[in-house]
Amino acid sequence: MSALAYGVVGWLFLIGIYGVVSSRNLIHLVVCLSVAQSATDILLLEIGYRAGGHAPVFVGLPAHPGPAVDAVMQALALTDVVIGAAVTALLLALVVQVHKRAGTLDPDRLRATRD
Amino acid sequence: MSRRARLVLFAVAAAALAAALGVGLAGLPSFGAQLSAYARMLNELAPRQRHVTDVVSAVSFDYRGIDTLFEEFILLSAVAGISALLRPLSDETRRLPEDKAPDRTIPPPSPAVWLLAVFLSSLLLLTGVETVTHGQLTPGGGFQGGVILASGLYVVYLGTNYATAERFEPNALLEASDGLGASGYAFIGLLGLLAGASFLSNVVNLGVTGDAVSSGTIQLLNVVVGIEVAGGFAILVSEFLDQTAVVRTRQR
Repeated sequence: MSALAYGVVGWLFLIGIYGVVSSRNLIHLVVCLSVAQSATDILLLEIGYRAGGHAPVFVGLPAHPGPAVDAVMQALALTDVVIGAAVTALLLALVVQVHKRAGTLDPDRLRATRD
Repeated sequence: MSRRARLVLFAVAAAALAAALGVGLAGLPSFGAQLSAYARMLNELAPRQRHVTDVVSAVSFDYRGIDTLFEEFILLSAVAGISALLRPLSDETRRLPEDKAPDRTIPPPSPAVWLLAVFLSSLLLLTGVETVTHGQLTPGGGFQGGVILASGLYVVYLGTNYATAERFEPNALLEASDGLGASGYAFIGLLGLLAGASFLSNVVNLGVTGDAVSSGTIQLLNVVVGIEVAGGFAILVSEFLDQTAVVRTRQR
C-alpha cells in the first residue's frame, strides 16, 4: 500500500516535469507545472493520513468512529493550494503578455527578447 | 539546444531524481500507519485550548498563524504582480467592443439564464459568507470562502454581459478590500502585543466551543482573510476578463 501511495507522488511529479520540458505551448506548460505541484499536495495528505481516520473536525454530528487524520498536514496542503493558484495565475498573466509581444506560445519559437 | 538533446538530458536528470525521490519516500513512515506525536497532541488539545471544532483552522490561524500571514502576503503580491503585468501597455487602450451591425440588435440574455445567474450568485454569496464565518467550526475558512465569494462575479458575467459585470466589480472597493484584508491580519496580530503577549497570540475572548462566535482571533483572522481573498480573486477575474474584452492595440 505504501509503495502505491508514494509511487503516485513520484510519478505525478516526474510526469509534470516531463510535460514542462517537452511542452510546445506555454499554457500547456503552466498546466504541467500545476500537475507537478499537485504531487506535493498528495504527499502532504498521505503523510498525514491514518487508516480509517476521519477529518480533524470534532463537531457533534453522528459520531465518527476511529481516529482523526493529521490537521497540520491538511493546513499545509491548504497553503500549498493557495500558493499554487497564485503562481498559476501569475504565470498565465506572463503568458498573455508573451503572446502579445512574440505572437506565439511555442517556447521553442521564442527568441531572445528584442529591443 | 535541440529538442532531442533536451529530452535526453531530461531522461538522465529524471532518472537521478526518481532514484533520490524513491530513497526519500521509502524512508517515510508506512502509509496510514500512525500519526506524529505533534498531530495527535493538536487533535487532542486544540478543541479544549482554542475552543474550535475544526482543528485545521486552529493550526492555520493560531498555532502556525505566522505562516498564514506570509501566505497571505504572497497572495497579495501575486495579485499586485498580475495587476501590473496586465495593465494596458503604452501601445494599448481600453475600448469597449463596438457594434459593427447596428441594424441587427444583440438579443438580451434569456430571462431563464438571467434568473439562474441571480439565483446562483446569491447562493454563492451566502455560501461564501457561511464558509468564511464558520471556519472555526466546520471545514472551510477565509481562503475557501473568499474564493467562493469571488466566483459569484463569474456567474454575473456568464449570466449577463461584460458591461453588467463591470458594474458589479467596483475596482477601488476590490483593491481596498484586498489591502485591508492583508493589513487586517497584521493588525489582529498586534492585538497580542497590545495585551502584553506575543505577536498573533489568541488574546480575544474564546467563547463557548461550537458557538457561532467563538475561538477568538481564529474567527477574526478568517474574516479578514476572506475579505482579502475575495477581493484578490475578484481582481484576478476582472484583469483577465479585461484582457479579452476591452484591452486593444491602439490604432495607428
